[in-house]
Amino acid sequence: MTTLEVRELCSERGGAPVLAGVDLHVGRGEVVAILGASGSGKTTLLRSINYLTPFAGGEVRVADERLVPGMCERRDAARLQAVRRRVGMVFQSFQLFPHLRVVENLTEAPRRVLGLGVAEARAQAMRLLERVGLEDRADDYPQRLSGGQQQRVAIARALAMTPEVMLFDEPTSALDPSLVGEVLSVVADLAAGGQTMLVVTHEMGFARRVATRVVVLADGRIAEEGTPAEVLDAPRSAATRALLGHASRV
Amino acid sequence: MAVMVALVAGGDAAADGVEAVRTRGVLRWCGDLQGGEPYVFQDPRGDGGLVGFEVEIADALARALGVRAEFVQNDWQMLVPALERGDCDIVLNGLEVTPARAARVAFSRPYYGFSLTLVVRTADAPRVHGLGDLRGHRVATLGGSLAADVVQAAPGVRMVLHEGVEEPYIDLEQGRVDGVVLDNIIAARYGLTRDGLVQAAEVGDGTYAIATRPADATLARAIDDALAGVRSRGELRTILERWHLWDGRQAGIGETGSATAVPTPRRLQWHDVRLFLQGAGVTIVISVLSMALAVTGGLGLSLARRYGSRLAAVAATGYVELFRGTPVLLQLYVLYYGLAPWIALDAFTAAVVGLGMNYAAYEAELYRAGLDAVPIGQTEAALALGMPRATAVRRIVLPQAVRIALPGIANDFIALLKDTSLVSVITVVELTKQMTITAVDLRGWLVPGLLCATLYLAMSVPLSRLARRLERRLAPVPA
Repeated sequence: MTTLEVRELCSERGGAPVLAGVDLHVGRGEVVAILGASGSGKTTLLRSINYLTPFAGGEVRVADERLVPGMCERRDAARLQAVRRRVGMVFQSFQLFPHLRVVENLTEAPRRVLGLGVAEARAQAMRLLERVGLEDRADDYPQRLSGGQQQRVAIARALAMTPEVMLFDEPTSALDPSLVGEVLSVVADLAAGGQTMLVVTHEMGFARRVATRVVVLADGRIAEEGTPAEVLDAPRSAATRALLGHASRV
Repeated sequence: MAVMVALVAGGDAAADGVEAVRTRGVLRWCGDLQGGEPYVFQDPRGDGGLVGFEVEIADALARALGVRAEFVQNDWQMLVPALERGDCDIVLNGLEVTPARAARVAFSRPYYGFSLTLVVRTADAPRVHGLGDLRGHRVATLGGSLAADVVQAAPGVRMVLHEGVEEPYIDLEQGRVDGVVLDNIIAARYGLTRDGLVQAAEVGDGTYAIATRPADATLARAIDDALAGVRSRGELRTILERWHLWDGRQAGIGETGSATAVPTPRRLQWHDVRLFLQGAGVTIVISVLSMALAVTGGLGLSLARRYGSRLAAVAATGYVELFRGTPVLLQLYVLYYGLAPWIALDAFTAAVVGLGMNYAAYEAELYRAGLDAVPIGQTEAALALGMPRATAVRRIVLPQAVRIALPGIANDFIALLKDTSLVSVITVVELTKQMTITAVDLRGWLVPGLLCATLYLAMSVPLSRLARRLERRLAPVPA
């Protein structure tokens, strides 16, 4: 069963193409790792799915809605919100709300968007914090947390909306190497729990262990697609080989 | 400190005398052009020269002394202090002989006798025959004038002080006051020329005389003699007739010599301090109300600019440019007097609205800077959670922007506290205005000035502390 469908997606920035016709079908429970050199369009693909970045051509079907080019924040607010409610996103730079305590970061959207009561929202938030191992930091402000802890809170914040699909945009790129592990293990736990997700990442080992499918982007197109074993052990495209060669040197 | 010493020392006032004037070849006389026609004012023919009956008297006196007259501009209420400081040799500008003034300066014989005219709206004329009929009403006049003394002495009458001769009558027309007491010369030219205003009564009389420093005894005598000569030769009558000022009252004026009195300045009294505290109260109330208006108005402006329709954004930008780009004093004048025929605000409301509208433009800029400083990623994170744009702004972006803007807002509040002194131009008596009123009564500006400064500090220092505490409390991470 298809949870997310991307068809003929085209995107451009300043007249230059960023995505040049991307097709992608993601079934329920799939964990798709998106690999690619920088500038290959990975982040743009991810941000097109919840329309944070508008696209120029093609369409996205997600959460019973169809996103098309030319939609506008004001006019199409209801449709965009319907999609975003059910598509969680984790940013490279966390983007926790600095003026709210950790627990409030988790309760804000459920309360304002889903209309949950204070107690209900808080109980759910505490369960999620427990799941990412941070229940004892609930009343801290985000700045008091390490980068890895902040990213775990950000994941819990997205989960608080019980999304059908989770989008991870290089969730460990901004982290000190020693903190990468704790975040990836949370993501891996989610995957094991059957959460549908797209993960843009440079962590080949993580992709190999956790992903059910690997997609390699190059120059705004899908260069290669398959199981981790197929793509990572027997790369067919030059783009993948270059990527793996680069990664192994690091 | 050096400045204070200079203020106390007051220049070389005591060294002058008629000899000094003769040596210099110039008789410097203080007046205020704002007093307008017919006293001393800029030549309407526009060559920059000054005209007025007092200009002609000054010239006649100077001729008699064998020197040339030179005009020195000063605020009318500041004429005596200017004289004391040595800015000029004499004051010749509708200065009424009052006991309080006679204690401060030496007066020549009078050069003009006037009456105090009570002007009211025609509709009220049948029931108003004197100040006694205006109990519980507001009556306007000029600050520091003999008329002000008369109004103040009238039981139950609430006095409103203006700084120009036109404005009291505008207020009367608008119903902001119910009577105006001013010299008949002023009433005839600025009040009774208006439809709907009539003379109700004469409520007193007095004389204009020339003031010199008490220490300049020789100059005082020389001026008095010169004036006697100008009068006896008929020159004074000619001048007054040319300006249509000659009336029956003038015949007996100025026959006798000058009344000299020993200066006995009164001291600052508890009563003055109480008035100062009242003034400070007015300052606080106006500051708080106008800041509340500015903070909410500024927020609306900044949101309209950023998130509003194109039209709203253009309008908000225009507003900010207009109110930031023009003096607040001008805005107060336009709001209170200029718009009076359409929106007749009372002085207090006009003060709050005027300052509030002006500061709203500045607060809008502070919010804008705050909004700019919140990373776009915060909005994206909120939108990605499914929040409507308005919720994202209200709950996520704005609270952060306000925290960033807060130090600036607190700073503006302190600035506003001091800018409230400007509203005295629309007759509100706040702290600074109270200070100038008292300083005119007392002999100097130093003591009232220091008292006034102390009160301002007593308000602004706790305020800046409060602002810092607020800042710390609102900061996401406690310092």
